[in-house]
Amino acid sequence: MANVLVFTESKDGKLKKVSREALSIGRKLAQAAGGDLVGFTNDRALANDFGKYGAKTVYVTSAGDYATESYASALAEAIKQSGAGVVLFGGTSNGRDLAPRVAARLGAGVASDVDQLEYADGKLRARRPVYSGKVFATVEVTGSPAIATTRPNAFPAEEVEGAVVNPQVTDIAADATSKAKVVETKTPEAGELSIAEADIIVSGGRGLKEAQNFSYIRDLAHAINGAVGASRATVDAGWIDHQHQVGQTGRVVSPNLYIAAGISGAIQHLAGMSSSKHIVAINKDPEAPIFRIADLGVVGDLFQILPALTEEVKKARAH
Amino acid sequence: MNTIVCIAQVPDTESRIKIGGDGRHIDETGLKFIVSPYDEFALEEAIRLKEKSGGDVTVVTFGPERAGQALRECLARGATKALHVKADNAADADSLGIAKVLAAAIKTVPHDVVFLGKQGVGTDNSLVGPMLAELLGYPQVNVVTHMEVGDGKLTAHREIEGAEEVIEASLPAVVTAQKGLNDPRYASLKGIMAAKKIPIDTKSIADVGLSDGDVFNQRVVITKLELPPEKSGGRKIDGSDPAAAAREILKYIKEEAKAL
Repeated sequence: MANVLVFTESKDGKLKKVSREALSIGRKLAQAAGGDLVGFTNDRALANDFGKYGAKTVYVTSAGDYATESYASALAEAIKQSGAGVVLFGGTSNGRDLAPRVAARLGAGVASDVDQLEYADGKLRARRPVYSGKVFATVEVTGSPAIATTRPNAFPAEEVEGAVVNPQVTDIAADATSKAKVVETKTPEAGELSIAEADIIVSGGRGLKEAQNFSYIRDLAHAINGAVGASRATVDAGWIDHQHQVGQTGRVVSPNLYIAAGISGAIQHLAGMSSSKHIVAINKDPEAPIFRIADLGVVGDLFQILPALTEEVKKARAH
Repeated sequence: MNTIVCIAQVPDTESRIKIGGDGRHIDETGLKFIVSPYDEFALEEAIRLKEKSGGDVTVVTFGPERAGQALRECLARGATKALHVKADNAADADSLGIAKVLAAAIKTVPHDVVFLGKQGVGTDNSLVGPMLAELLGYPQVNVVTHMEVGDGKLTAHREIEGAEEVIEASLPAVVTAQKGLNDPRYASLKGIMAAKKIPIDTKSIADVGLSDGDVFNQRVVITKLELPPEKSGGRKIDGSDPAAAAREILKYIKEEAKAL
């Protein structure tokens, strides 16, 4: 029997989607392990939301804004108190910052960026992409707790059916002061979605010909409420910031819809996006490797097709 | 200002990866190995600190015999010392095992900042940096795109979802480098020649005070590697009529991806 504890984060007063995804798979693991689902948050106002995902207990820390060391202390304490045998983190910047810190403190193993999880025979078994998606590794995490960070969009966020029971709330004091603190947060382009968690990504490659033509990508991304992605070549050329880069040395992403325009499909790029659920590619070269993995390939001129598509999307959304 | 850069030697990112006969390791035959790309940003930042305020840049790796070549490359670019904890089965250690080796190895090396890449390219775990920080009791700043050091502290920019945080940390600290931190230099011929004269300090796991049990007590075990299923590719249509192509794409987005 093992309880499953999920570290969650919130944005604008709501549980982040990746946290809801982690809670949902966490509930399934808890069922398999014969234990309970347990939540961890810094926002008391959200405590009852955890009931929708089947959590019996929620630990609320007073640690305030995220800082690695104070959160590591609070979370380690919650893991101890809850007797959690499995701990999950949504694969966000903070989740990926905190999971290994806590793991080292507890002598625990971590499976990073997993897209499948199961609990059987007292072990946490996970599948994770390695070599930026060129290979899948199945790993077993032994010992207690077993830790995993979940890849955004890999697990569905599902609320429990039937009556929701409000969870019991337990306070966790934050005792350690952090030797590293956030002094400022800069949001460069307001409202821009991050490729890490986006459901839809519109990506541009060298076929855009020059930096300013990323406007074709941005216009469609904006219309369809997606994030802007980019190939390595465009990032290396300085056309767009690195945080948009998809692929090895960028982000490995799995959105519901990936639209690649002017991207030929170098092995590095394909590895980073081929697990997307639906792939549309627009390229003027009918032999471009991207067409081998595209569900819908369009051989044509992106400078004509993208604006037409942007208009169609706007019309569709207006209805 | 003394710095340490922990590096990993990894298969070239252009490699086609093949799975080995045991189904749990990759087939290294014919693979070209390089310094993990994120470690290059870490190394460059350390060399720039040395150029500004003196001190040593010690590169450290835990790996088999061939990893010595990666250390040589770092020396050629401007690192001043190198430490190789050698084990032929290093690939069988999990991230915590690696972090333990690094923590033990650098204990006797003076340092103010410990740099690593934000992840080792290939295994893509992104775990060793924060684990090392915890074992050393240091603060950590992860995924750093800009940094300055002064007055016993460092100020670093960290990439988060759609934004950037500015973080202040006391020294010593662990920093993991993201692409964009700097523009790594190539080794000069002079650097390559000079590097040949620098001895690599080679140690065993026992030399750094650890047992095999400490390092290879794997919490995370790879039981299987497999290639992703070949995607067959779907429909390919002619886009010479942009309006018709746009309508076709929209139909796909609405009906199959259900994204609108």
